[in-house]
Amino acid sequence: MAYAIEMLGITKEFPGIKANDQVDLKVREGEIHALLGENGAGKSTLMSVLFGLYQPEEGEIKVRGEKVEITDPKVADKLGIGMVHQHFKLVEDFTVTENIILGDEPRKSFRRIDMKSARDKVKEISDLYGLRVEADAKIIDISVGMQQRAEILKTLYRKADILILDEPTAVLTPQEIRELMKIMKDLVKEGKTIVLITHKLREIKEVADRCTVLRKGKYIGTVDVAETSEEEMAEMMVGREVSFEVKKEPAKPKEVVLQLKDLWVKDSRKLDAVKGLSLEVRAGEITSIAGIDGNGQSELMEAITGLREVEKGSIILNGESIEKLSTRQKTLKGIGHIPEDRQKRGLVLDFNLEENMILQTYFQAPFSKNGILQFDEIRKFSDDRIKEFDVRSGQGSVSSARGMSGGNQQKAIVARELYRSPDLLIAAQPTRGLDVGAIEYIHERLIEERDKGRAILLMSLELDEVLNLSDRIAVIYEGEIVDIVQADKTDENQLGLMMAGSKKKEVEEVE
Amino acid sequence: MDLIYSMLALTLVFSTPIVITSLGGMFSERSGIVNIGLEGLMMFGGFTAATFLVYLQPYTSFAPWIAILLGALVGGLVSLIHAYLSIHAKADQIISGVAINMLATGVTIYMAQVIFGQQRTQSFSLSFQRYTFHGLSEIPFIGEILFTRVYLTVHLAIILVVVSWFVLYKTPFGLRLRAAGEHPHALDSMGVSVFKMRYIGVFISGIFAGLGGGILVLTQDIQYTVMSIGGTGFIALAALIFGRWKPIGVLGAGLFFGFSRIFALYSSRFEILAQLPNEFFFALPYVLTIVALVAFSRQSVAPKAVGKPYDKGGR
Amino acid sequence: MNKLRNFLANEANHSFLIPIIAIALGFLAGSVIMIFSGLNPIDLFTSFIRAVTGINLPNLFTAGSAFNARYFGEFFVYSIPLILTGLSVSFAFRTGLFNIGGEGQVMIGALAASYAGLMLSLPPVIFPVVVLLAGATGGAFWGFIPGILKAKFRVHEVVVTIMLNYTALYVSNYYIRALPESSSTRTADLPARATLQSDFLSSITNNSRLHWGFLVVIVCAVLFYFIINKTTFGYELKSVGFNPLASEYAGMKVQRNAALSMTIAGALSGLAGAILVVGTFGYGRVLGSFENYGFDGIAVALVGGSTALGSVLAGLLFGGLKASQTIMQISRIPRDIAIIIIAIIIVFVAMKYPIKQALIKLKVEEGEQ
Repeated sequence: MAYAIEMLGITKEFPGIKANDQVDLKVREGEIHALLGENGAGKSTLMSVLFGLYQPEEGEIKVRGEKVEITDPKVADKLGIGMVHQHFKLVEDFTVTENIILGDEPRKSFRRIDMKSARDKVKEISDLYGLRVEADAKIIDISVGMQQRAEILKTLYRKADILILDEPTAVLTPQEIRELMKIMKDLVKEGKTIVLITHKLREIKEVADRCTVLRKGKYIGTVDVAETSEEEMAEMMVGREVSFEVKKEPAKPKEVVLQLKDLWVKDSRKLDAVKGLSLEVRAGEITSIAGIDGNGQSELMEAITGLREVEKGSIILNGESIEKLSTRQKTLKGIGHIPEDRQKRGLVLDFNLEENMILQTYFQAPFSKNGILQFDEIRKFSDDRIKEFDVRSGQGSVSSARGMSGGNQQKAIVARELYRSPDLLIAAQPTRGLDVGAIEYIHERLIEERDKGRAILLMSLELDEVLNLSDRIAVIYEGEIVDIVQADKTDENQLGLMMAGSKKKEVEEVE
Repeated sequence: MDLIYSMLALTLVFSTPIVITSLGGMFSERSGIVNIGLEGLMMFGGFTAATFLVYLQPYTSFAPWIAILLGALVGGLVSLIHAYLSIHAKADQIISGVAINMLATGVTIYMAQVIFGQQRTQSFSLSFQRYTFHGLSEIPFIGEILFTRVYLTVHLAIILVVVSWFVLYKTPFGLRLRAAGEHPHALDSMGVSVFKMRYIGVFISGIFAGLGGGILVLTQDIQYTVMSIGGTGFIALAALIFGRWKPIGVLGAGLFFGFSRIFALYSSRFEILAQLPNEFFFALPYVLTIVALVAFSRQSVAPKAVGKPYDKGGR
Repeated sequence: MNKLRNFLANEANHSFLIPIIAIALGFLAGSVIMIFSGLNPIDLFTSFIRAVTGINLPNLFTAGSAFNARYFGEFFVYSIPLILTGLSVSFAFRTGLFNIGGEGQVMIGALAASYAGLMLSLPPVIFPVVVLLAGATGGAFWGFIPGILKAKFRVHEVVVTIMLNYTALYVSNYYIRALPESSSTRTADLPARATLQSDFLSSITNNSRLHWGFLVVIVCAVLFYFIINKTTFGYELKSVGFNPLASEYAGMKVQRNAALSMTIAGALSGLAGAILVVGTFGYGRVLGSFENYGFDGIAVALVGGSTALGSVLAGLLFGGLKASQTIMQISRIPRDIAIIIIAIIIVFVAMKYPIKQALIKLKVEEGEQ
């Protein structure tokens, strides 16, 4: 059997982590090969190596049996490898045709672009593979699905015969996904080879011939999709072994602190991201939102904390409607928020540690008196928090936040947010990118706070974390809660299936 | 009626440098580099042209043409400083533009001191000839304005508008230039160097601004002084915004702003407008540009990546 | 040697090293330009020293007069408005905004001060204070316009302030001329009790134009330092300037702060304009073109690192350069070399990224000799 691509023993390190550790990927000619793994499993890194964006420390790459050095994307281009990025690289103001020919324009006399032949070529390829793009429409006016097909056309126009599709369905509607599946099958029928990066099992089952699974940067195995069940693949993806466990007593849930009723929130592109979601969070309990990235969980968190507008529905905190309040007002009501991106939202990196400790409370006593900052009080408060949470930094309260390690930055945020939120803590990905020690510490603190009777709403993309930490798990898929389960009555596989939308299938078919 | 004709003819003379410089700014901003140094680049062009004209005028009647071409060249060379700072040094493009403007004030007058021993160039006696195109000048209205005793630089401006439009919208170069200003990562992913496109964009802006400055001094002045350009570069920037970064829009805005200047000079001749101060007409282009910015604010008309240094990083 | 290299390579020192390097390179480039045009660069430095200290070095060992306090006084007269516009630009920078409109705010400030000084009649001491406040209010209004347009319509403040500079030029010229007793170039003299001019200050500096405006500068610099470093308001402004997203997360009103910051920046430039009227000249002027106080303020803010003390120091440096222009004329050096030097200093400050990289490369690794 001829291989289109062979990546053998690829190792790629970034400071602190091995993103790929001796990974193998063998893709046969003319197949759809799925690359499966959780967020951070190393799929994108591997594909970036193949596309020449990164150089691996170890390993070799063969394309159509020949050893190659892919030093930059132009080499990949020449080898006939085309990549459809998750975030489209399309000029909004240009037409589909203009985007496709950019950099490789057909010409006619007087150095003019031969737009007619370009358009004909685009139409020809479009018809051949059933891509149905409008050659003369501007990108800004067409659907996301068509934008993606334009991206695919871009690679075909450049005569790619190995296509890498990076999470292609993340942004598509179910109808568009169905259409994409068909296109992929057509492409293969015409002799193309496709690598499909995804973590949606249903899609793999539907189109892929074989599937390579990565977990935490390591190669787990390659299976024939037809002979492998979704459950088996889910197991390979999330693994059996749980790397660290948190000791905790069973929760003693008390009164409802936060109640979401029929909540609707739009994302930055003005599309519905949260669709009529309802949920209750009780005191003394950790409720988590589990789901694959991009299913509305970020928007949900931002809506609760006031960073994003609520379109419809209500948010009730301790019996009071708060959906119309500003971030400041919500802050003062005692909602703590560990934000998803600590460097973008959680900290002002150019401030020192103590200045960051008072980010929401700087104007309140005792930190401010008549509008003047009380530095002694601030220092005392900051020193206390640093001690309480063992935040390590070069110069204590006056260390620059930028110079601190990620773990200590996060500890500082957790210290600040726990202190000022007696009732409800929203924790979005509280341990993302941290080392094991810091993760453990933050987990323990969250459990401790739960036992003190605080309500905690956790959002995490890590299944380990969700299972370890939470008491109740609400699985979110496409902006809706698929199901709410008790953490001790479920496992990775069941969650994995629900997160991949499998449970939703029946519902959809009834509709 | 003669009044209208002479006003319109003068408008063309005043609008020519505005339009040409603004077109230059368009190439720079369409590639993604803000150029508020247009004023300074015009000063360099104007000074160079005036200086060379003083020395060349005894020898050839083509001296004004040679002079403005040299002005354009110097404008282009100086713009490379802005290009380097904005593209390679990743400097704030506004700061870089401010530096160019200040450099222009300093260098041109310093050079005038060194060369002519005074704060300005010597005055020149030769300038562009005015041509009458017999035949075409018989066309009613248009013939009177466009083809009777007219500077060829006016036609040059119109030709440049057409050429710019052609280059921007009909050639591979234009497509790539616009992509550099709209979505540089997209352009890069297609194997075209963003840096290269931006250097070319800024260089063209320098050439055009230098040319505009030279034409301004040679058609509206008798020598170069520090006041010669007098904010025309910023009017060109205003015309670029008002013309929505498009060649035809730039032409329209440039003509309108030129007319506004002429109107200030003639307003006393019109009874209804005589009450309005001259300054009203001088300030009009600037105020209108602010109004236009507010009006455009809900749509995105400016190149999307303009003003942001391009970093290859990320994916 | 290694210690020096590591000192230069240490990023913590770059905030003051880069401006110093830029200044040194600016003067170096100025000297080179002078050599190429057949002039002696030493004259540049003696002019500068004479402007700043009043000491005439070449005359130190000859019979000529070696010291003239007038230069010293004039040096402050030149520096005062520059420090104020520098503080203005710095204040906006601190909130992440670029106030390129100092020019216009100065003019509107001067206009408002002229009107207050000529239309009102108040007792001494109170009068100049009211006139200064009028100037600050005028400038604040001119800063408020881009601020509010930025907050409400997300219009970029740079283009708006550029356009407002020219608008201010024509507006202020028209209204200055419209004042009773104005000539085509200036207003009537302000009543003496409305101005900051002082016979005492003038007499101790050999009849320079030195006026009480330097007190205003001191007050503003101290206030700037106090607001930015000591108050919750300053904390908020800095936070918004450093990281708008985190500020939003913390519940701050990012847009409102932007508008406020531009208004205060405008007030500082407006004060500079008022001081030109009540201090330097004693009357309002019709301007043919910009005098570059606002643009020089950008240079001051950049070199001064947008701090109060830095702006004062950088303002004195550039004030000294401007003041030395008259002396240069006497030494037959083209005065515009001073502007070239300022421009080149800005170029090098703008090059901070490559300069930083070059400095970091100087680092000596341990064990390496």
